Amino acid sequence: MTETPSTSAGYAELPRLLSLMTGDEKHNLSAYSTLDVLWVLYDRVMRRCKSDPDRFLLSKGHGPQAYFAVLAAMGYFPESLLTTFGEFDSPFGHHPDHLLVPGVEISSGSLGHGLAIACGLAIGLRLQGSSARVFCLLGDAEMDEGSNHEAIVVADRLGVSNLTAIVIDNDSASHGWPGGIERRFEVEGWATTRVNGRDHASIEAALAHQVAGRPGVVVAETEAK
Amino acid sequence: MSARGQFVSTMTALLDEDPRCALVLADISLDRFAPAVAAHGGRVVNVGIREQAMIGVTAGLCLAGMRAVAHSYATFLVERPFEQIKLDLSHQAFEAVLVSIAGSYDASEEGRTHQSPGDVALLDTLPAWTVHVPGHPGEVDGLLRSAVSSSGNVYIRLSDSSNSGPARSGASIVREGSDGAPLVIAVGPLLDPVIEATSDLDVTVCHLTTIRPFPDDLVALVGATDIVLVEPYLAGTSASQVARALVDRPHRLSCLGVSNPELHRFGSPDDHARAHGLDAAGIRRSLASYL
Repeated sequence: MTETPSTSAGYAELPRLLSLMTGDEKHNLSAYSTLDVLWVLYDRVMRRCKSDPDRFLLSKGHGPQAYFAVLAAMGYFPESLLTTFGEFDSPFGHHPDHLLVPGVEISSGSLGHGLAIACGLAIGLRLQGSSARVFCLLGDAEMDEGSNHEAIVVADRLGVSNLTAIVIDNDSASHGWPGGIERRFEVEGWATTRVNGRDHASIEAALAHQVAGRPGVVVAETEAK
Repeated sequence: MSARGQFVSTMTALLDEDPRCALVLADISLDRFAPAVAAHGGRVVNVGIREQAMIGVTAGLCLAGMRAVAHSYATFLVERPFEQIKLDLSHQAFEAVLVSIAGSYDASEEGRTHQSPGDVALLDTLPAWTVHVPGHPGEVDGLLRSAVSSSGNVYIRLSDSSNSGPARSGASIVREGSDGAPLVIAVGPLLDPVIEATSDLDVTVCHLTTIRPFPDDLVALVGATDIVLVEPYLAGTSASQVARALVDRPHRLSCLGVSNPELHRFGSPDDHARAHGLDAAGIRRSLASYL
């Protein structure tokens, strides 16, 4: 867990921060499926007090530029560092490394690892009397990995109600999820919501809402990949 | 009491004593922990038959600041969720204690699906694991307490095979041969058969109950150039460790251990020890031809 600094830049700064990593002059933010959810989560939803902060685990480590841009905007590290993206001695690789990037809780890249870790973190925090929430972001194609489905069952049966999963659904799972990926959570007892993954007010409302005694999942739909 | 019974007893006591301590199970041994579940329900986390989740949850408990112990058959604890061990523990620098049972061929009648002679070799692909191979149930309490109260990733490999008495923890010279006599390194529960096999031979016998980190200094200090490794898991698992310890001198090495993991036989653990040449007679035969 890292210190949680105060916000230093706004949403409008994100294209510029992304440019620092890619060198491109203009950015279509829709290229980043996680960007709006990450922004709303950090800017409006997560409790970022020092004593008992909410926690965020990025399970879907692919395409982390949006994550790095949001963390820079939130002041976790100087934005000038972003220009080193991908270099040998940069903190920023093409998947996040939590030993190198301030604010990053887990290293990810291999799909299907974050949800079980988030579940264990949520259990451990609750055991120690914390009231923090744990958020874990996944992708709809990541849900192909069977390990997620182990974690879905465990989180419900153990009553891990301080856990909220977020699945970015850009319709990228090769074999699809008939009825929506939320069905896989719903049948195991999770509270489910589907929102427009670009609509900040809807994302905020869905993430802020908790159902007593049950873990929750917010499926955030973005443009099909 | 068996090594597994001692693990249950000490683990239950640790849950009583240390509120930072948690146990993660995947159904195996759950019945034996019924009193611990009753007393500390929240800190005994059973995930069902879901070994990937077992290790992921264990890693998450570490991230929450707890010292978690995960436990199952070696094959379901180390081999099945190996990517979780590699990434969720080692790569993340999250730390936990893994305690296995059944190891190489304790589950002789169950067949290959319940056997894991390759577990220590697999963990050797990851940095900085401490690996204990106790040779007697009486060694388990101290090893587990020390693992839980320390930091780092620790693997404790329990077996039903046992020496006649407990040993000092770590590495010890249990018999000294003459200067330059061959060195026989016996690991965990294979000390007794090694002692029997070498009773009339001029050899130095070293017993290891902690195999990682490997005691380079001790092995080098003995001064032998003929080395025989006798390990209760895959033959040759520690060969590279011996090579590193003796890098400054010409030497030759014979590696005994589980020689054929695909035996396709059942019977008793003793039958399997014989089949792999790990009973006293088999070790004696190998020594005679090597020396």
